[in-house]
Amino acid sequence: MLILTCPYCGVRCDETELAPGGEAHLKRFGPGSSDEEFEDYLFMRANPNGVHFERWRHVYGCGKWFHAARNTVTLEVYGTYSAQVHAPPQEIRDAVSNRVPGWHWKDES
Amino acid sequence: MALEGRIVSRRLPKGGRLIDRSRPLGFSFNGKEMRGYAGDTLASALLAKGQVLVGRSFKYHRPRGVVTSGSEEPNALVGLGRDGSFEPNVRATTTELFEGLEARSQNHWPSLEYDVGAISSMLSRFLPSGFYYKTFLWPRAFWKHVYEPAIRLSAGLGRPPRRRDADHYEHFNVTVDVLVIGGGISGISAASAAAETGADVLLVEQASTWGGRAPIDGVRIDGLGAEEWTGSTLKSLQSLPNVRMRTRTSGVGIHDHGYVLLHERLTDHAPDHSVPRHRLWKVRAGQIVAATGAIERPLSFPGNDRPGCMLASAVRDYVVNYGVAPGERTVIVTNNDDAYRTALTLREAGLGVPAILDARQEATGPLATAARDAGLTVRPGCGIVDIVGRDRVERVQVCSQDGDGEVIDEIHADCVAMSGGWSPAAHLWCHAGGKLSWNDEAAHFAPDPARPPTGADGVAMMQAAGSATGAMHAGAVLESAHAAGVAAGQALGNGRGRKHGRVPEGEDEAHHPMEPVWLVPARAPYAKRAKSWLDFQNDVKVSDIELAAREGYESVEHVKRYTTLGMATDQGKLSNINGLAILSRELGVPIEEVGTTTFRPPYVPVTMGAIAGEARGELFQPVRKTPIHEWHDANGAHWEPVGHWRRPYAYTRHGESVHDAVAREVLATRSGVGLLDASTLGKLVVKGPDAARFLDMLYTNMMSTLKPGKCRYGLMCSENGFLIDDGVVARLDDDTWLCHTTSGGADRIHASMEEWLQTEWWDWKAYVANVTEQFAQIGVAGPRARDVLNELGPSMDLGKEALPFMAWTDGALGNIPVRVFRISFSGELSFEIAAPAGQGRALWDRLFEAGKSFGITPYGTEALHVMRAEKGFIMIGDETDGTVIPQDLGLHWAISKGKDDFLGKRAQEREHMADPLRWRLVGLETLDGSVLPDGAYAADEGVNANGQRRTQGRVTSTYHSPTLGRGIAMGLVERGPDRMGEILEFSVIDGEPIRARIVSPVFHDPEGEKQNA
Repeated sequence: MLILTCPYCGVRCDETELAPGGEAHLKRFGPGSSDEEFEDYLFMRANPNGVHFERWRHVYGCGKWFHAARNTVTLEVYGTYSAQVHAPPQEIRDAVSNRVPGWHWKDES
Repeated sequence: MALEGRIVSRRLPKGGRLIDRSRPLGFSFNGKEMRGYAGDTLASALLAKGQVLVGRSFKYHRPRGVVTSGSEEPNALVGLGRDGSFEPNVRATTTELFEGLEARSQNHWPSLEYDVGAISSMLSRFLPSGFYYKTFLWPRAFWKHVYEPAIRLSAGLGRPPRRRDADHYEHFNVTVDVLVIGGGISGISAASAAAETGADVLLVEQASTWGGRAPIDGVRIDGLGAEEWTGSTLKSLQSLPNVRMRTRTSGVGIHDHGYVLLHERLTDHAPDHSVPRHRLWKVRAGQIVAATGAIERPLSFPGNDRPGCMLASAVRDYVVNYGVAPGERTVIVTNNDDAYRTALTLREAGLGVPAILDARQEATGPLATAARDAGLTVRPGCGIVDIVGRDRVERVQVCSQDGDGEVIDEIHADCVAMSGGWSPAAHLWCHAGGKLSWNDEAAHFAPDPARPPTGADGVAMMQAAGSATGAMHAGAVLESAHAAGVAAGQALGNGRGRKHGRVPEGEDEAHHPMEPVWLVPARAPYAKRAKSWLDFQNDVKVSDIELAAREGYESVEHVKRYTTLGMATDQGKLSNINGLAILSRELGVPIEEVGTTTFRPPYVPVTMGAIAGEARGELFQPVRKTPIHEWHDANGAHWEPVGHWRRPYAYTRHGESVHDAVAREVLATRSGVGLLDASTLGKLVVKGPDAARFLDMLYTNMMSTLKPGKCRYGLMCSENGFLIDDGVVARLDDDTWLCHTTSGGADRIHASMEEWLQTEWWDWKAYVANVTEQFAQIGVAGPRARDVLNELGPSMDLGKEALPFMAWTDGALGNIPVRVFRISFSGELSFEIAAPAGQGRALWDRLFEAGKSFGITPYGTEALHVMRAEKGFIMIGDETDGTVIPQDLGLHWAISKGKDDFLGKRAQEREHMADPLRWRLVGLETLDGSVLPDGAYAADEGVNANGQRRTQGRVTSTYHSPTLGRGIAMGLVERGPDRMGEILEFSVIDGEPIRARIVSPVFHDPEGEKQNA
């Protein structure tokens, strides 16, 4: 049972206080998008063995959605951050890189 | 009975470190009165009475005796207690004796001694591994009528309790720096070391006593006997403010980020219903020390399942701890030195040890020498090829270990003490991701310190200590335990740079290396391998694993499921490694490559009561009540659960059936006036400069164009296009909307709104508040509805022109501030009146009083449903099931064509959503006026790809309409609206199909004259 710190209210949340929201940083595709784009958006999800970015909601607390960067194998949490960004902020990326040499965010080469 | 003559006391004249001979206790086994002593376990007390046969195995119903002295026991499972205190499958080896204990053996009929099911033992040749999969396939029809009933009858071990549990249970939430699991010398030593660093320490032990095996094995620590050392160390631990200790508390599961479940048994040893029986500890530990010891392995030799064959360590435990002799003449069979301790212990207690059969070619270690010096016969290179005796060991047939099982000697004996070496109890280490490595010399898997379970910081959250690391000598055990305790404390930043206390020095005898012997004798023929048990409870033998391997099973996980090895209540604690070794040999792959099956919580069984804790009865799921709940309860409400709410289904009058009550309520509303508690309706306020834009995204139709003072029916879809909720939206002012949702949908829709606002359109200025419980809402419906309201002297004009259909107004009714909506779910002239929750009951009472002269009739949810169906209004959850789009329901008019985007729009453009063959909403009218069964399917010609009859529609809502005096239904039918007037046949279980005509779903007042009145 994970512990994640809510970046809004600062509470170290027990997993039972949280609701999971799946993969983070998806881009929404609406009318005008191709079938492939829409399928990707709606159904295709990363399920990595390792570094992962997830959406969580502090549902039995302040009610805020937030993002968590964590490792699905070691259960290490690299950090939690605002839900209102399109990609992990630099300090989160650095926190991951420091622990996982060679890792980089998908938009970076 | 033949058994009677053998029952003699096995209690030794002296000894028994845990029993108190001055306190005899009476108990019963299978109705027979027996006596034991305080400190006994049920197993030791039974063995003391010569009760060797204690149960029957699961598959072959073979006779079973006690094998172990701990929680790994596979055989000695009993039903304990009676009535509200009955519990099945309790291990006799961990059950502390108390006065009046009642136990019954399991899995036999008619009696333990004469069991009809034992016939399956004779048929074992026909019941190989995977027999379920092979045997019961054909003919297909036999499954339902023959196989399944027979399997169900014989399935399971114990019987489930029939009465409500008379005990109560509780949960503890605890945060601690260092949790030490296991109260043997390792755990105690680790806890001392951790406490010295300044960390808060919780030390738990599953048994009722501390010290583990060391006091039995004659270990000396710092010059003291293990028992003395344990006593004095515990005393100093008790004096520390940062240490807590609990016995009778098992570590059952290690979870992510240091979350640990412990199961404490408070009153099992002294029943008392006034205090909690068990306690589930939910611990958050900074660091966990697993000082869980090791578990001895049986040896796989033919006949090793006969009652009287026990683990060598268990035989020793019964003698030393309880003063009980499991046998008068015990043959030792071993592949290691530890079992010699048992021989020496038995010898010292004056019991016979006719031979020590050592599978190793050489037995020259200090313990073997001590055995020889004590005059015992050591026979190196020997094993057992069979056990003679029906319900217990009578004679042991000796063979050469490296041979094929030729009998070279036969020894009279009533007990066999076997040892196949020791496996660290690494289960907890593995629960949260710790890995094991294979140690060739000791032939066991042990926690790999380089691959520990990691915590939120990505570093080790757990340390293994003592025998759990694979250390087998007191010196090494204490050294590793002390180091683990220090490491755990320091990992949390405690005691760095401080000088740490001395490592306790342990002494015991050196051991000669063990030899991995997985089968006795090494070249045992098939008939013998088919009698060499691995899993005693589930009857898995060496030959079963071999068969699985021959049939192509290579993965250890598959072999487990196929053979059921390790799937019994002991979860493979005894059988796992022996089975892996056989599989490894068959596959020609090293054991470390075969690997282990996955270790999952719980390590030992946890009672359902402990898991539930206080969440039972009324506390299991608190009921949500509307402000008018008490009135309903006092006026004949027949309750229906709606989510966590309770709503009146109908109000029955004296002598009236529920069905009649519904019909009365419908007719009274249609002809006069009805009163409905609609308070459960979801009420979400959406406010802000961007609220209009936001609602236009959420609803399929346009909400931004709604005028203040007006209402509009709206639909919400998921991003996948499917209809998820509906309701009436009222615009309160320029930037405020009130969205009504379904009763069950309020929390879900609120959460969904928050999600979109926070995670997608976070720059939009709109806010949502769920005010569902802030308002009571009362529906007044029927031709006389306006008259009732006017009786209460409304402060506002409720006339047709001032407040037309789909408008709302604020005001006061009977001096209660209200908001009145002209909306209708019944198709009648209808007012829905919202009032502050605190005044809801007063408003209801006044409306009821005012309506009396009009015959006002409270109606429940069923009348509500009947009336909406008569009008062809859809119900979320009836007409929708997560695969239905609004277009299927003929709701095109509520889907905006002018909006660029709304949730579900893109999805509804997909090919499949526009398929003309989609099932669409129609009304269904039975030709004979009967009521169609809910969910019934309309058959079609031909068969589908699975060879099943094709279908062309199904019933989604179906009622008897009191208004029309006949059955009415709605359904989804292929191309339905294009097929008006066609007749379909709906299949009925065990009956003739019912014929129904496709009609418009609006059965009542299609022009809407009544609701607009």
